[in-house]
Amino acid sequence: MNYTNTIKISVNALKRNKFRAFLTMLGIIIGVASVIVMLAIGEGSKKSIANQMSSMGTNLIMVMPASQQRGGVAMGNSNAQSMTLNDIAAIEKDCPALSAVSPEVRSSGQAVVGNSNWPTSVYGVNNKYLGIRKYSIKSGRGFSEREIQTYAKVCLVGQTIIEKLFEGKTDPIGQSVRFKGIPLLIIGVLTEKGENGMGQDQDDLIIAPYTTVQKRILAITHIQSIYGSAVSEEKNSEAISQVTNSLRKSHKLKDGEIDDFQVRSQAEMVQTFSSVMNMLTILLGSIAGISLLVGGIGIMNIMFVSVTERTREIGLRLSVGGRAHDIMMQFLIESVLLSIFGGVIGIIFGMMVTYGVTSALGWGMIIMPEVQALGFLVCSAIGIFFGWYPARKASNLNPIDALRYE
Amino acid sequence: MKKTIIEVKDLKKDFYMEEITVHALRGINLEIKEGEFVAIMGTSGSGKSTMLNVLGCLDKPTSGSYMLDGISMGELSRNELAGLRNRKLGFVFQSYNLLPRTTALENVELPLFYNSEVKPKERRERAIAALEAVGLADRMHHMPNQMSGGQQQRVAIARSLVNDPVVILADEATGNLDTRTSYEIMALLQDLNSKGKTIVFVTHEPDIAKFMTREVVFRDGHIIREDMVTERYNALELLKGLPAEELV
Repeated sequence: MNYTNTIKISVNALKRNKFRAFLTMLGIIIGVASVIVMLAIGEGSKKSIANQMSSMGTNLIMVMPASQQRGGVAMGNSNAQSMTLNDIAAIEKDCPALSAVSPEVRSSGQAVVGNSNWPTSVYGVNNKYLGIRKYSIKSGRGFSEREIQTYAKVCLVGQTIIEKLFEGKTDPIGQSVRFKGIPLLIIGVLTEKGENGMGQDQDDLIIAPYTTVQKRILAITHIQSIYGSAVSEEKNSEAISQVTNSLRKSHKLKDGEIDDFQVRSQAEMVQTFSSVMNMLTILLGSIAGISLLVGGIGIMNIMFVSVTERTREIGLRLSVGGRAHDIMMQFLIESVLLSIFGGVIGIIFGMMVTYGVTSALGWGMIIMPEVQALGFLVCSAIGIFFGWYPARKASNLNPIDALRYE
Repeated sequence: MKKTIIEVKDLKKDFYMEEITVHALRGINLEIKEGEFVAIMGTSGSGKSTMLNVLGCLDKPTSGSYMLDGISMGELSRNELAGLRNRKLGFVFQSYNLLPRTTALENVELPLFYNSEVKPKERRERAIAALEAVGLADRMHHMPNQMSGGQQQRVAIARSLVNDPVVILADEATGNLDTRTSYEIMALLQDLNSKGKTIVFVTHEPDIAKFMTREVVFRDGHIIREDMVTERYNALELLKGLPAEELV
């Protein structure tokens, strides 16, 4: 007996029951397709969030004030005034892993133009900030070093501000926005950036020199946060430790004293998000995997029915010289063919659904060859695993009893 | 001196059912020579079916010896018995046992599928030749459900011929057929026998046994009578004697 013959026999047997073979495969088709779609959706949303977050800059390093202790009394985070412009100078000097650094002071309030107004925030920063946060200037110019030194009343505006205060029309450069009674001359417009990973509008902002915001708007001397950009993504952790050391030194913290600031990188946040998304993908994948298992049980069920229904056929095959091994292989090949064929259709079907879903969400096609290969392997394994027992039952039949079976 | 195809000596077969032992065959001696057409007769429970199972290498005897074409089956394994069935034996059953939704040609090819020495081309040629021998060359691509009972049994006979066996074993092969069709089948078997095929035919109808050359009658696990058939029927002549088939 050679395998070509056995395969031919199995294929013929399946052809005789096309509709039933299709229904049996349907379980596998749906199972495999849903695994592929679920994993692709998981992967896609992970990528899309990662993309949005890296649009904020993956090299981004943020320094915020942290809880301080004053004589054993813990202070809140937000109103800590621990950071000053001296820290910026120290960081610029001490941290070769940072390519740029900028202070940030921030004020929220109503921006007014004529009789329109809109609640927004003014960010006081230096001229490296745009590069650090991956903003670019659509028209106009950024502010100069001199404008920073002279507390110049100039600003850059985001697209949302133009939309809300200028009703989207015309180039607002040269006009003024009033913020907390201070008129700020618009010298530049930022390119649209869209929402970030957490749904915040990144175009709803006004950017001004930090000196202007410190002295004219807030009347403070400290700064609220520091933004920096690591030389490369790989240098992130090096940058974090350099910034930490530099700040501990300039804040004169003794060994054992806790930091009165916290340094975080955007890459860390991307990682956190990714691990959450991974969990979700695993969850979705395992739910889909259960349907694949159910599909496998469907195959076993049909193979049992098939063995019982074809008892006489088995008896005949044994009597004309089929060996137990031939019969076993025939049924095993049938179930493997069912599951592999179902698996292939499932993979194709899954890719079609993935294409539909991803293009509807505007993600672009996600093809994961390893998942498809895995799906294929799992299907073959299912065919062997769930086909083995019925096939063994068939091969153990006594030819005399099988021939007389009614 | 004709070659001995089947040689059975003091063959016994017991079945053990819980506490009872059934002695199905109680010491059978039988010799069948090449070219014989032997009827195995007997009422139900006489042991004739058990005898056929043993002759067909489907069941092993409890004791005694059985030589088929010079091969002793006593020491053979399950797989070796399967090989023996594949090369030396042909089976014809009462209920035809054709594969449904499979053409006559593919049904006839079936035994050769289990013989790896036969290549696909030869397999097809031999199946066609076997179908021609039973007069069904024009029905080659028909399914069993498109054929009458007689035609289906002819396909089954073609299947039993295709491996060129040393003996054809028929189990009540006319049991499901009407008189005319039975005669047609007997005519075919007589024709094959006249060309040298050895046939063992199990039946409980004395009439059918009259078509053969020798009768062996079983009762309670013994052979009680063993005669040459004297007034042997000729199936072709009997067919001529039947009233013309009514055309509906």
